[in-house]
Amino acid sequence: MSKAGEVQSPYKGADINRRDFLKVGAGGVLAAGALTAGAAALYDRENRPRDAEARGLVRDYSVPDDPAYPQVVKIQGSDPEQTLTRAVELMGGIRRFIEPGDRVAIKPNIGWDRVPKHAANTNPLLVAAMVDLCLKAGASEVIVTDASCNDANRAYKNSGIGEAAYNAGARVLLPRKDRFTEMPLEGRLLKKWPIYTPLVFADKVINMAICKHHNLTNGLTACMKNWYGILGGQRNLLHQDIHTSIFDLANFMRPTLVVMDALRVLVRNGPQGGSFADTEVRNLLVVGTDQVAIDAIGADILHLDPRTVGFLKLADGVLGHVDLSRVRLKDVT
Amino acid sequence: MAFTWKGIYVPQGAERHVAADTPAAKDSIRKARLYGATSAKGRLLVWLRRISQAGFLFLFLYLLVSTEYVPTFGDGAAESTVDTVALDMPVNIFLSIDPLVGLSTAIAAHNLFKGLVWCLVLAIPTLLIGRFFCGWICPFGTLHHWTAALWPSIQGGKRIKRNRLQPWMRIKFYILVGFLVASLFTTVQIGLLDPICLMVRSVGLAIIPALNYAASNALELMALSNVSFLQSAADTGNSIRAATLSQDVALYNGAVTLGAIFIGLIFTNRYITRLWCRLLCPLGALLGVFSRFSIFGMKKDHEKCTGCNLCLLHCQGAAEPQGGVQWHAAECHLCFNCEGACPEDVIHFKFFPRRSDVEVGTDMQRRTLLTAAGAGAVMLPLSRVSTGFWENNNPKLIRPPGSVNEDDFLERCIKCGECMKVCPTNFLHPAAFEAGLEGLWTPVAIARVGYCEHSCTLCGSVCPTGAIQPISEAQKVGKDGFEAIRLGTAFYNRGRCLPWAMDTPCIVCEEWCPTSPKAIWVEEVEVRKERKEGAEIIKLQRPHVDPERCIGCGACEYSCPVKDDPAVYITNINESRNPDNRLLLKIIPQY
Repeated sequence: MSKAGEVQSPYKGADINRRDFLKVGAGGVLAAGALTAGAAALYDRENRPRDAEARGLVRDYSVPDDPAYPQVVKIQGSDPEQTLTRAVELMGGIRRFIEPGDRVAIKPNIGWDRVPKHAANTNPLLVAAMVDLCLKAGASEVIVTDASCNDANRAYKNSGIGEAAYNAGARVLLPRKDRFTEMPLEGRLLKKWPIYTPLVFADKVINMAICKHHNLTNGLTACMKNWYGILGGQRNLLHQDIHTSIFDLANFMRPTLVVMDALRVLVRNGPQGGSFADTEVRNLLVVGTDQVAIDAIGADILHLDPRTVGFLKLADGVLGHVDLSRVRLKDVT
Repeated sequence: MAFTWKGIYVPQGAERHVAADTPAAKDSIRKARLYGATSAKGRLLVWLRRISQAGFLFLFLYLLVSTEYVPTFGDGAAESTVDTVALDMPVNIFLSIDPLVGLSTAIAAHNLFKGLVWCLVLAIPTLLIGRFFCGWICPFGTLHHWTAALWPSIQGGKRIKRNRLQPWMRIKFYILVGFLVASLFTTVQIGLLDPICLMVRSVGLAIIPALNYAASNALELMALSNVSFLQSAADTGNSIRAATLSQDVALYNGAVTLGAIFIGLIFTNRYITRLWCRLLCPLGALLGVFSRFSIFGMKKDHEKCTGCNLCLLHCQGAAEPQGGVQWHAAECHLCFNCEGACPEDVIHFKFFPRRSDVEVGTDMQRRTLLTAAGAGAVMLPLSRVSTGFWENNNPKLIRPPGSVNEDDFLERCIKCGECMKVCPTNFLHPAAFEAGLEGLWTPVAIARVGYCEHSCTLCGSVCPTGAIQPISEAQKVGKDGFEAIRLGTAFYNRGRCLPWAMDTPCIVCEEWCPTSPKAIWVEEVEVRKERKEGAEIIKLQRPHVDPERCIGCGACEYSCPVKDDPAVYITNINESRNPDNRLLLKIIPQY
């Protein structure tokens, strides 16, 4: 309480002196400068994408086609490592695909919390063999990862892929949420979607799918559908037009090499199975560069007519060929 | 014997210690400021205690963040045909050694579930030497202790007054009696206030997720910046965040309430040192009762005491350490602050102290005791005559796989939250009132947030009391002669289902259904679909549930793209654990 008649002034102590004036002035100038600098740093006239790498729409990791080698190799064998090595040799050898120093991302199917004999995920020994081949070709780093459907911790462990890839020398990455970033795909249906970055920020990408039954896609899931694993976000919406979604993804991702595991095939109750009785041993492996042709072979393995599979119809002639007479196929079964 | 002085409860003969204004007391305080406390033994004990508290708090937090399955590679075979997922340490040991957990579930369920026999490791030494657990081990006590010591709002004389024993501090004993009588009537409620349960639940389900959320967002901002060193720092930060907190941010039903209660309780230490421990903690009360038989205690050289009250200033338990009064064994946390603080060498902790220095009773009033027992006794009948337990049950009360039937469940569940913390898919949550008032914070499944992973049995492996039985993968999924465990049954809301209501292809539910053969099967139909471009005939697959195969795992509800109110959802009907909740004549319940 002030005394009667005395005016309480916020500027008690009266006149400002030179020292105070300079102090206040300097503070004001600094604050104004900081504001201006902040605004300049954040100013963005075009609202451009922050990540420069996010601007390329088609992710092309392929190597040039060479008429001296087949585009697809279909091979019989029970030993995953030997069979894969033989198939890659027939394709022209791993050095045709992997250059020394490459950062390689391998995308197996690690979607489900199932053990290898359930044939819901890619054969772990096949993944390990591919890691080994890439490292021998001089790859600086091989990453093995997938954005699982089930709990990834369990899927990586029970599929055996985490173990096998780690032992072969790969870096096994778990799909933590911070490893996704939204990117433009500009497909027919998928315009923008959270993308799993370890699978796209690489020099070479190898698609290692397993051939199995799926009720919605006219009975087949293999290589092209395997690209679901690069997506985060609300993946469950894609089923409403699954064929166009698969086409968009396969159009977005052009892999260096494609491997389709049909050593043990899940023939019903796909895509996750759950009983050994749902699987059949086929001892087949398909390696190549044409995703469409390989999926067409997959359809054949599941006794389906590839011409009835929606996403193959969309991709035929655009991303590859369903008609195997139009690709250089080496069949060593 | 006691009287009241200025509204403060004062045992007889202690009035001279209320204010430190005698010349001798002033001299003592000056001495203590100059030289620190005089007793070298006291100072050593205090430092040993601090190291022990820090060590046990670290161990507690380490076990809590380890209550999550993270795979390690390079230690097993790739070609395994069975589930190999298990935690690599006994993460629930703090709950297993908690005698209140052991005692109250043993009273209610008439058996001591395996690991709980470890509570003797704590109970027997407490009988011999008193409440050392509170001062040296209890992680919640340590947080209270440190908050009161490092961030007090009041100091000096006011704090000395508040550190006297007050009659209302008996309330914890009445709480204990009420809870134990409730246990006798077969409803276990100690988990509401047991400090270990409270700490696991609050820190595991609210504090850690909140820290993780804050850290994730800060790191995301760094990662989105266009500054490369910030981006690589964000990468490193995320690896550290994932290793120390959790890989991804878990969400829990009512986490804000759990967190607010926890922070509020910690905050009270600013005004009254360890108010929780003195007033509410039923475990402290139980250990206090045990300490009646202790052969360890305080000897005081009353004539040396100058009344400086430095012992009272640093007292944690309000155990009356000052000269001229009896020391209260049931309140003392054995923190040894008083012995370290005393400049006149009045206080000595030793075996077989003089009986005249020690008060071992809890000073409970008979009438209040009976009232507390009565309150515990009415809990069960009142809960069970409410609808919701026997009839008109909440269909969303879906319990974890391997849970025992509901009345047995409430005899065992201590609401600790271990099962919710370990659940890899965020399926399990603390219940609000789905299981009635008595089931508050017991585990309930929310399939919109997560689903029950087919081969996973982690919740049963960490449950300390057997409310969720430790089951094998074969028992859960129904292999090797077992019948699969059902949590409930899935139902379609055909008015919201895309193929049923809107003639749009979907069946994500069928893709996710984990049983073989699948419990969700599809019917192929051709329908005439009206669009704005004109009508067309399309082929559709419409999903159906086979209730004989459905295990109620909720994968369909979790994966349903109708995000707000799902077109397929699970309820607890036909759950294995409850023979009174049958749906099908054909399936005979297991329990």
